Amino acid sequence: MTAKPKLYYFRGRGRMESIRWLLAAAGVEFEEEFLEKREQYEKLEKDGCLLFGQVPLVEMDGMMLTQTRAILSYLAAKYNLYGKDLKERVRIDMYVDGTLDLMLMIMLAPFKPPKEKEENFALIMKKAKTRYLPAFEKILKDHREDFLVGNKFSWADVQLLEAILMLEELNASVLSDFPLLKAFKTRISNIPTIKKFLQPGSQRKLHPDQHYVDVVRHILQF
Amino acid sequence: MAGKPMLHYFNGRGRMESTRWLLAAAGVEFEEKLIESPEDLKKLVNEGSLMFQQVPMVEIDGMKLVQTRAILNYIATKYNLYGKDIKERALIDMYVEGVADLGEMILLLPVAPPGEKDAKLALIKEKTTNRYFPAFEKVLKSHGQDYLVGNKLSRADIHLVELIYYVEELDPSLIANFPLLKALKARVSSLPTVKKFLQPGSQRKPPLDQKTLEQGRKIFK
Repeated sequence: MTAKPKLYYFRGRGRMESIRWLLAAAGVEFEEEFLEKREQYEKLEKDGCLLFGQVPLVEMDGMMLTQTRAILSYLAAKYNLYGKDLKERVRIDMYVDGTLDLMLMIMLAPFKPPKEKEENFALIMKKAKTRYLPAFEKILKDHREDFLVGNKFSWADVQLLEAILMLEELNASVLSDFPLLKAFKTRISNIPTIKKFLQPGSQRKLHPDQHYVDVVRHILQF
Repeated sequence: MAGKPMLHYFNGRGRMESTRWLLAAAGVEFEEKLIESPEDLKKLVNEGSLMFQQVPMVEIDGMKLVQTRAILNYIATKYNLYGKDIKERALIDMYVEGVADLGEMILLLPVAPPGEKDAKLALIKEKTTNRYFPAFEKVLKSHGQDYLVGNKLSRADIHLVELIYYVEELDPSLIANFPLLKALKARVSSLPTVKKFLQPGSQRKPPLDQKTLEQGRKIFK
């Protein structure tokens, strides 16, 4: 009998949130161990669980997987969210990588010095509105299908929805010029597994606050 | 008839070099269209060839691929350098992402503000010695095989050996205490396709010099 995947990370979004989303979207139940003290992190290191001394760490299928993209790609392949062939997979990879570039900016924002925060926020919004959102609006416009790739729900759709919701937390009107993305957001949000994950009480984590930033700085010592 | 892959980038290593290494190691001939001015880049953007207005871009099999990882994943799969199943692929991905993290630090070193360069170089050396090289030495030691994953050459070996060359350019002493990494480097370097790529006159790009850096700055602002 296979155990549930077990996620080791801080009690917050960070680099683990995309993994939680993908597992949830695939309807896979998972457990979490939250790192709240430096000792827990040191123990994982000492036990040889962290290949490069870093989290996220996901224990599943007999493996101690680290590196966010390695974990996400594995999950996408295992749960049939990676397209039907190599050509679909490369498109999913392209879309996901673009989305993750934008999300990394958002993820690192709380750790910027106070005097850089406003400029950083403006840059995120500019990139979102002039680079990333137009690219995805165009994809949806060109094929008029419900999903980004191959007329079928994939990792690319999950990743983009996650990014859209994070952007809307920063600026509620960010989709105002992107009607197809608005419709996409509604459609993907209504997929039963996603709908469930979006409800209160799920394992979805909250917007990072100062406490989260402090815990991460304390454990990773930076 | 499929043409050769066409690589669009500027005349330097940057984010395209790992693609050049992988294609070369796979024995795949490729062509390059060099971006030499802001106008060259603008042309690619205006013709809609760059999904996120960024290079690298590789034209291959009727597609215009962007995003380094997407490109490398495609090439690795197509040329059977990505393991035999999803578990091997997960290990390869994990190793490759670690290589990419250290590679990124080295890549960005030339554009660090002058006052920060020394500190960044020291950090690279520290991470190499205490995090990355020990991790890969341990993997090789744990199974005693010639290659990182599945007892067979994969992209993980190629990317790691490429990285070892860059580390040695910064400080040749860093690999001193890692005998299995030295052996991997020698083994991969002597593969006929890689050996050819390592010779002068190949499409391998040299370290960034001041002139190329200035050119890159103009193009990418």
